[in-house]
Amino acid sequence: MSQPSVTLQLLQERFASVIREVHSLHGDDTVVVEPGANLEVLQFCRDEPRLAYNVLVDLTCVDYLDYPDREGQPRFEVVYHLYSLEHNHRVRIKCPVAAEDPTVATVVELWPIADWLEREAWDMFGVNFAGHPDMRRILMYEEFEGHPLRKDYSISRRQPLVGPKN
Amino acid sequence: MGVEKALEGGILLSRLDHVIGWARKYSIFQYPFVTACCGMEYMSTACSHYDIDRFGAGLPRFSPRQADVLFVVGTISHKLAPVLVKIYEQMCEPKWVVAFGVCTVSGGFYNNYATVQGIDTMIPVDLYIPGCPPRPETVLHGLMMLQEKIQHEKQEVLPGQVRT
Repeated sequence: MSQPSVTLQLLQERFASVIREVHSLHGDDTVVVEPGANLEVLQFCRDEPRLAYNVLVDLTCVDYLDYPDREGQPRFEVVYHLYSLEHNHRVRIKCPVAAEDPTVATVVELWPIADWLEREAWDMFGVNFAGHPDMRRILMYEEFEGHPLRKDYSISRRQPLVGPKN
Repeated sequence: MGVEKALEGGILLSRLDHVIGWARKYSIFQYPFVTACCGMEYMSTACSHYDIDRFGAGLPRFSPRQADVLFVVGTISHKLAPVLVKIYEQMCEPKWVVAFGVCTVSGGFYNNYATVQGIDTMIPVDLYIPGCPPRPETVLHGLMMLQEKIQHEKQEVLPGQVRT
């Protein structure tokens, strides 16, 4: 096993108390942080010169409803993929979100692109981003009810604006 | 009523129908409602290699008010469906609708929360062109079938008449 990457070393040093888990399968650095800790970790990732994660490549969500071996764990995970143009390295940061109050802090202030990505995560999964400047649906229409990529959204449910419910 | 009243004699009537049908089938002004990958095949068909102008359909109009045939090319989502219906309603009679590609025919392989399962759930369709996407040859075959249909239709020419 080679040395952990600069990213994992720095994050583990500084955020030992809020990091739940770290792994690096085939060099894919992944950090799972405590609920609510996403903003400070991400802020550090962007501003620390040795990390300099200046690109938010992707922001998405996973619904672990009925997922095997996850009893007692939060239902959702918000996933951030970061990339540094300067150092050419990447990291994946996951933040668990409870089903009862699916809210995490917005990162629009750090990367403006998060505006639309967070709107998509809200639209598809119903995860709210506290502090987002313009939180509304981005893909589905306003009349749409529910969040279609949630695992409990029925696969056959249809909500057409015109025409039959085929 | 209509043409029958304006003219005398049955033979002339059917010949006029024929002539109008001939004129209409060779002056198809299309409105391309292009939403997805089928648009690539549509463009291929419309450009010089396959030369859709041979069939008198070489002038796409980008206003539905100037178009005769609505080409619905590509997947239609529920969000977009009201727009498609509005475009259709804005077209003047006589008008025809072509469902281009399996997504418009039946939803294709998209059977999910977002996709309309065939545009014929919302607007009448005159011609279905299957394929994912259809090759230009298929499109041209479909276009010729549409011409056949236009030629043999009852042609209404006076105001106030409605196609049945």
